[in-house]
Amino acid sequence: MQLQGKKIIALGERDGVQGSALAACARSAGADVVLETTYCFV
Amino acid sequence: MAEQYAADDLVVLLGTPNAESSRLYAMTVTEGDPSWAGALAGVALGLPVYHVMEEPVKVQIAPEVYEEHVALMEMVLESADIAQAVQTVRTNTGQGV
Amino acid sequence: MTQTLEQPVIRGVRFFLAHTPGLVRYGSKPSRDIARDATIATAISTHLRSYEAAMAYPPNRAFLGHCAPDTLTAMAQPWFAHAAPASRWGAHGEIMPEEEFYGLLKICDAFELVRLEAGFVEEVRAALALHPLLTTADLARLGPGMPEADIVAQCRKGDTLPLALRDGRLIGSMQSAHEEDASLGADVLLENLACKASAVMALRTLLAQEQLDPLAIPYVLNSGEEAVGDRYQRGGGNLAKAIAEMTGCAAATGVDIKGFCCGPVHALALAGGLVSARVFSQVAVVGGCALSKLGMKYRGHLQHDQPVLEDVLAAVAILVGADDGVSPRLRLDALGRHTVAAGSSQKAIFEQLVSQPLTQLGLRFGDVDKYATELHNPEVTEPAGSGNVPQLNYRVIAGLAALHKEITPAQVPAFVATHGMPGFSPTQGHIASAIPFLGHAVDGLRNGTFQRVMFLAKGSLFLGRMTQMADGMSLLLERNAAGTHEETL
Repeated sequence: MQLQGKKIIALGERDGVQGSALAACARSAGADVVLETTYCFV
Repeated sequence: MAEQYAADDLVVLLGTPNAESSRLYAMTVTEGDPSWAGALAGVALGLPVYHVMEEPVKVQIAPEVYEEHVALMEMVLESADIAQAVQTVRTNTGQGV
Repeated sequence: MTQTLEQPVIRGVRFFLAHTPGLVRYGSKPSRDIARDATIATAISTHLRSYEAAMAYPPNRAFLGHCAPDTLTAMAQPWFAHAAPASRWGAHGEIMPEEEFYGLLKICDAFELVRLEAGFVEEVRAALALHPLLTTADLARLGPGMPEADIVAQCRKGDTLPLALRDGRLIGSMQSAHEEDASLGADVLLENLACKASAVMALRTLLAQEQLDPLAIPYVLNSGEEAVGDRYQRGGGNLAKAIAEMTGCAAATGVDIKGFCCGPVHALALAGGLVSARVFSQVAVVGGCALSKLGMKYRGHLQHDQPVLEDVLAAVAILVGADDGVSPRLRLDALGRHTVAAGSSQKAIFEQLVSQPLTQLGLRFGDVDKYATELHNPEVTEPAGSGNVPQLNYRVIAGLAALHKEITPAQVPAFVATHGMPGFSPTQGHIASAIPFLGHAVDGLRNGTFQRVMFLAKGSLFLGRMTQMADGMSLLLERNAAGTHEETL
């Protein structure tokens, strides 16, 4: 599965890997980030 | 939003911290969940979903970026269980591995 | 150039719990789900605990200081199966039954928004007359109550919420204050009034039990997540002053410190700074409950046929004062801050919250006896698929210690066991974030069990949709070396 050129929906969690961190990772792999969100369940 | 982009282009990337929540999120973006609110409301989306700590994803991320943003969590979370959980959802929903 | 910094101290901490099964339906998640499907109300009502069960519940007992949180580790789970003998008052506060809490809401209501049925008022007046922290003036504010028929008629109006007990008995109503203002809707006002009432009890408990003169308190900081205001100023705030008014702090004013779940730790740092700079001799920091979080994880509990465990409202009151030679010191020279630059990297965040303050003081990770992080009860969160939040945070701290080569990765579990603790707090937002251990920490730092305890809290700012960022703040408490009042920087 190639990330390059893909549109990424980044679903992060505050106590896991957060949305912006996922986005940074995705961009470094050549993907575009179309949705960046962090969830918190407590 | 799922309508705006061609299905082939979209990939969901997860940062969930345990196997159970990873499984739940993966199910939601593949089969859908009627109680889900927000951008992914209630639709059987059938989107490919990966966790950022899965090997096929990790190898594509710039090492220094991964090191800064994910490596510490990979060490402390149950990474193998998480990867297994998401992979299982892909397999069960016909996405292959 | 050297400066001397007077370290403020934590003079006292007290908590308050109200067991409110009848209010679970007004938690955010239950109320939205019930609006879609009325049968959910029945399903919830058959899974509500009795007061005795909530009082005996080991995590609630740890919260109120009956036992140390670490004692939960050896206890077989599920913890809710334990029917230990229990008492209302622990070392750090009480758990109040719902009947009395409804009376308390009425007592704290200055706008006739809460109506109570007349028969119920008489029952609860008798009970509240026995409460050590309520006065005749308080009881007078209960009023005579209203006939049941009037309550029923009130509840037929769209803008009024029925108030009921666990068994469904209708005992009153909560109304909105303005038909065209969502900020003054019955639901918002109920949440805010519960916040006020619970914080009032926590502060009254602290003042009475630590024999503090309320008139000697010049400033109150409230640190909860409620929004007190109206349509033109939705988050106007200063619930602190309303709390000061109801706790005899007539020489005080106050202000609200808003920081999502990180609010209380920010407030403690600010209070410490004010005391250290001798602006005020002491500052009270309070945090009321989060009614919206009642029943937040109820679906997971019902799926496992468990009791709905999010049936308690929690509040805290803390007094920050000048160094008295015995109380634990708050190291203002070692505050940890999650800055904008750290972004969303967990490594960067924890370096700022943990490593940097320790390095500043020449300390190692292991020099802190206990870390208090997010302390949410895992028995609440795990059935709902939300994991074990304290354990996760402790593993990150231990992981950081391993990255710094202070321990090996194999030593992570032992580090977590020694320097962490099982979660035990109700999932009451800002209350659950590090603060629940404060009572135990102050006791332990006074009696020498602990030398240092670090508190780290986080705030999910991104939920307000103004930034993608989270926030965090940490502070270190240390045992007071009597006779040493100042640190040279």
